[in-house]
Amino acid sequence: MSTESLRIVWIYPDLLSTYGDRGNLLILAHRAAARGIPVETYEVRSDQQMPTTADIYLIGGGEDGPQALAAQRLITDGGLHRAVNQGAAVLAICAGYQLFGHSFFAKGAKCQGLGLLDITSDRGVTRAVGEIRGDIDPRLGLPPLTGFENHGGRTHLGAHAAPLARVTAGIGNDGQTEGAWAGKILGTYSHGPALARNPAIADLLLRWSTGADRLAPLDDTWADRLRQERLEAASAV
Amino acid sequence: MPLIAKVATTASKTAAALSRAAGRGDGSVIGGWIGLKIDPDLLAHLSSGRAVALVSGTNGKTTTTRLTAAAVGVLGRVATNSFGANMPTGHTSALAKEGHTPFAVLEVDEHYLPQVIEATRPKVVALLNLSRDQLDRAKEVAMMAQLWKVALANHPSIKVVANADDPMVVWAASSSPQTTWFSAGQRWLDDSFVCPESGHPIERQNGDWWCTGCPLRRPRPGWQVEDEGVIDPRGDWHLVKLQLPGKVNIGNAATALAVAAEFGVRPIEALPRLARVTSIAGRYAQVDRDGRNIRLLLAKNPASWLEAFDMAEQAPTLLSINARDPDGFDTSWLYDVDFSPLRNRPVLITGDRAYDLAVRLQVNQVPFRHVQRFDEALAAVPPGRLEVIANYTAFQDIRAELDRVN
Repeated sequence: MSTESLRIVWIYPDLLSTYGDRGNLLILAHRAAARGIPVETYEVRSDQQMPTTADIYLIGGGEDGPQALAAQRLITDGGLHRAVNQGAAVLAICAGYQLFGHSFFAKGAKCQGLGLLDITSDRGVTRAVGEIRGDIDPRLGLPPLTGFENHGGRTHLGAHAAPLARVTAGIGNDGQTEGAWAGKILGTYSHGPALARNPAIADLLLRWSTGADRLAPLDDTWADRLRQERLEAASAV
Repeated sequence: MPLIAKVATTASKTAAALSRAAGRGDGSVIGGWIGLKIDPDLLAHLSSGRAVALVSGTNGKTTTTRLTAAAVGVLGRVATNSFGANMPTGHTSALAKEGHTPFAVLEVDEHYLPQVIEATRPKVVALLNLSRDQLDRAKEVAMMAQLWKVALANHPSIKVVANADDPMVVWAASSSPQTTWFSAGQRWLDDSFVCPESGHPIERQNGDWWCTGCPLRRPRPGWQVEDEGVIDPRGDWHLVKLQLPGKVNIGNAATALAVAAEFGVRPIEALPRLARVTSIAGRYAQVDRDGRNIRLLLAKNPASWLEAFDMAEQAPTLLSINARDPDGFDTSWLYDVDFSPLRNRPVLITGDRAYDLAVRLQVNQVPFRHVQRFDEALAAVPPGRLEVIANYTAFQDIRAELDRVN
């Protein structure tokens, strides 16, 4: 890996890529390139060693079996832990979000997570499916979160993680809060290509990993229209 | 047939006819719905005495069903749900409408396959493929395969015709003692990297595949696509001439020939009938309007979008996306599709969820123009071919604009 470029790793697309998760990689790369930031992207499969020196790590959603397998391999590999300890930024989605915590449930069994976020997840009574909207933690300075959620889990936050957002429509962690963040790790149930509807989160990850205070604005006409449409649709539900 | 079933059959046919006469639809669902209200066992009653084939899978069901019905038609009259109404209401309507026929070929929604096997007691079940489709409510791919596996294990006398190239299908069919394998290729691999039996990775090489942790591997197919034709289990190659575009339809034809062979139809008898199929419930239909030759391609999920790009000519292309109930409410699959094959042509977008598509195309560096309505799209392109690729309800909307073309 070179050191001149922004390096983005997509973790285990062979296991966790159920809902267009590739979108987050494409959007980050697109928004970095549009600012003239050179980008290198790496799709690291579950039979490969996890690089420890990338700037941003993405992990997506998936079914129970692959989720448990991914957690096991990441614990055994250890590379992701080293990267996070060295200050890498992370966006973890849905099943990937759950496995960043201390524990989660897959196929009826409690599984050990990575312990990189102070959260635990278990099963809810009902599946949470549909539009989700929330007001993001003001300390992050971002516009409202919009997304689509589809999960059976409920997530409980410990003292060392803050909710990413307060839910204004949908379920998220528990009907009150949605997602979690700590340091440069963001986790969310807003699944699949969450950054398509939340380009400001993509830019936050880019700012964290480049150290830039601000980035040149991009023409987000279409993303803004999409956001407005979906935020209104969530209100209408 | 019991009296109640006769009453229910008549009511079903009447309702379907009224629906068509009122211009409200194909009548392919309402009739069955009313019939099943009167006699809940109507589908079983209507199936008895017929040799039935069921066709299921994520993609290619409607086309393969149509081709199979054409092939089995060599032997006699065939009842079939040719409008793509693939749940028990649609099956009931189709059988009631056709009256007594010796044969039936029915397209079945993946979720309903176990239930429809119970009701219709089929002679043959064809399993095409399993991939992600409307994940906000569909069962995840491995769970669907498990559902099929159990259903087939309960009915060992059914002859299964299954796709050797799809590990999920092979695993589902492995519970059946009587399986004929076909190879029609698998363009979409993203849902079968992990073995459903052992959880180990699946390796692939030159069309072959095997699990790295258990004995599951690609079986030797009896029927195979080669060039523009199909090789049968005896090793004879048959040229497949179709009016339907794309390599994927040669694969669908191979499947239809394999199913028809279970009924005793030889490829040489079936092939001329396959060549006469032009369009299926609007799919592949061509309509001339205002000097434009509009061709309709249905693409419901990532695998079928890849196939549509393969079929579409290098011509102006309209993409239309909805996310209504039959489509699934989740549009995240747009990022599982690489739209870059469309870069060098004029692209127009429309539909309820055009903004999702707009953001996707922007990231994919595909220039596009957004239009509100179909006639606006028509006016925006020069005379000649206009390819239209749309997902389910968007496709039906455009079909309605074109007078419900079949």
